[in-house]
Amino acid sequence: MEQLIQQIASGLASGAIYALVALALVMIFTATDHLNFAQGEMAMFSTYICWQFIQWGFPFWPALGFTILFSFLLGVAIERVILRPLHNASVLSIVVVFIGLLAIFHSLAGGIWSHTIKNFPSPFPNVTFAGSGYIGAHQIGMILVSLLMLFALFAFFRFTPLGLAMRAAAQNPVSARLVGVKVDWMLALGWGLAAAVGAVAGAMVAPVVYLEPNMMASILLYGFAGALVGGISNPAGAVFGGFLVGVLENLVAYFGNLTEKTFGIYIVGNGEKLTVALIIVITILTLKPAGLFGRTTVRRV
Amino acid sequence: MAPLLEISSLRAYYGATEALHGLSFSIAQGGITTLLGANGAGKTTTLRAISGLVRREGSIVFDGRPIDKMATEDITRLGVAHVPEGRGTFVGLSVEENLKIASYGRRDKSGVRRDLDLVFTYFPRLKERIAQQAGTLSGGEQQMLAISRALMLGPRLMLLDEPSFGLAPLIVQEIFQIMRRINEEAGVSMLLVEQNAALALNLAENAYVLETGTVVMAGPSAELKNDEGIRKSYLGY
Repeated sequence: MEQLIQQIASGLASGAIYALVALALVMIFTATDHLNFAQGEMAMFSTYICWQFIQWGFPFWPALGFTILFSFLLGVAIERVILRPLHNASVLSIVVVFIGLLAIFHSLAGGIWSHTIKNFPSPFPNVTFAGSGYIGAHQIGMILVSLLMLFALFAFFRFTPLGLAMRAAAQNPVSARLVGVKVDWMLALGWGLAAAVGAVAGAMVAPVVYLEPNMMASILLYGFAGALVGGISNPAGAVFGGFLVGVLENLVAYFGNLTEKTFGIYIVGNGEKLTVALIIVITILTLKPAGLFGRTTVRRV
Repeated sequence: MAPLLEISSLRAYYGATEALHGLSFSIAQGGITTLLGANGAGKTTTLRAISGLVRREGSIVFDGRPIDKMATEDITRLGVAHVPEGRGTFVGLSVEENLKIASYGRRDKSGVRRDLDLVFTYFPRLKERIAQQAGTLSGGEQQMLAISRALMLGPRLMLLDEPSFGLAPLIVQEIFQIMRRINEEAGVSMLLVEQNAALALNLAENAYVLETGTVVMAGPSAELKNDEGIRKSYLGY
C-alpha cells in the first residue's frame, strides 16, 4: 500500500511536468492548429541557459527568472522571424520547419555545452518531513511550481484584457481582427508564453533526468500523449491528461511488479511502462477521438 | 457635406482572381446605404475590401483619410465596425467577453459604459444571457451580439453583411428596427449588404446594385423600389 501511494505521488510529480509540456503544446495548437514538435528541444535549450546562469554564479531562482524571460523572447522571435513568413504555407512545410527547429536546437545545445550529461541543481532543500517517505522534496516542489504556473496562466487568460484578446484571436482570428485585436502579435505572444512554460518544465525536470540534449525527448512524448488524452483543444483537459499519463505510467510499473511478485509471471515492468501507457492512450483516443475533454468540431458542409 | 466613405476604382483579389473590377461609390454621413445583387456579385467582397480582409487596390477614403493601405485592426479602431457574414461569434467566450473584447481599444471609458447600456436597452435579451457561452445562443441572439459587438467599438460606420441570413422573419424585423434606431439615435452610418432586397430597400435611403464586381445601378431606394424593370432583372422580386 505504501508503495502504491509512493508510486502515485511520484506519478503526480512527473505528471506535473507532462502537464506543463502539454499546456505549452496546446497553447500553440489552439492558436495555429499546429503541433510544435520543437517544443521539447526549445525547453531543453532553455534549461541549458538556466544552467549557464547558475554556472555564472546566479542563485537558482533569479537564473530561472532570466531564463523565462529569455525563452519568452526567443519564442516571440521564432514566431515573428521564422513562422510569420510561412503564414499561408502548407501544413507539411510548417512540420518541416518544426523538425528543422528541433534539429537546430539539439545541435546548438550539443555544440555550445557538449553532449556530456550534466548535473542540474534542485532549488528545493533536501529535507525530511512528514510524509517524506512517500515523496521527495524536489517532487513536491515540482508539483507546487507547476501548479503555481498553471494557476498564473489560468488567471492571465481568464482575467486580463490581453489574455482575453489572445483567446479571442485563437478562436476566431478574423473576428478578432474586426474588433481591433492585433492577431499577429497574439500568435507571437502565444509562442513566447509556450516557450516560457517549457523553460519552467525543463528546469524542474532537469534535476531528475539530468541535463543533456536528449533530456526532453521522452517527456515531449508524454506531454503529447497527455495533451491528446485530455483533448488537444482544451487547456484544462491537457493539464489533466498530463497528470493522468504521469500517474498511469507509474501504476503500470507498480501493478506489473505486483503481478510478478504474486504470481511469478512477468508481464510488464519498468521497461514497458512507456509502451503500456501509450497503449492506454491510444485506446482512449480510439474510444474518444477528441480526447476526454476535447470538443468535437462539427462542420456544416 | 463630404461623403463619409468614398470608394473609387476598387479592385479586390482572392489569390490571383480578381473579384471586384473597379468599383466606385460613396456613402453619405449619417445615412444607410445598401449594396444589392445576386450571389457572387461581390457584395461581401466589397465589405471585406473596405475592412482590409482581402487584397485590394484602388482608393478607399474614410472621413477624409485613405484607408486602402491600412491593416484591418487599424481600420477598425478608426471607427469602421464590420459585422461579418455568419456573425463571427467568439463561440467559446461568454456574451460579456464578446462585448468586452471590442471595447479594449477605446480610451473613452465613459463612452464604453454608455454604449454598453445602449446595447442592453436595444437587446435586453443579451443582458439576460450575459454570462452564457456565446456559442449556445440562438442564431438571432448571435446576430444581436454581432451588432452589439460592433457597437462597442464606438463606430461611425457599420458594415453589415447579411444580418437577416437564416433568421425567422419576426426576428429579422426586430433586428432591422434596432438597426434603424442605432442609425438614428447613435448616429452610426451603415453600409448594408442584403440578399433580401425588399427588406434592405425599406431600411436604406440609397442603394447600389452590383453585378459581377461592378456597379450597374445606383439611386435612392424609393426609385429602385418602384422601377419594375430593375426589380425584375436585378432584385428578383
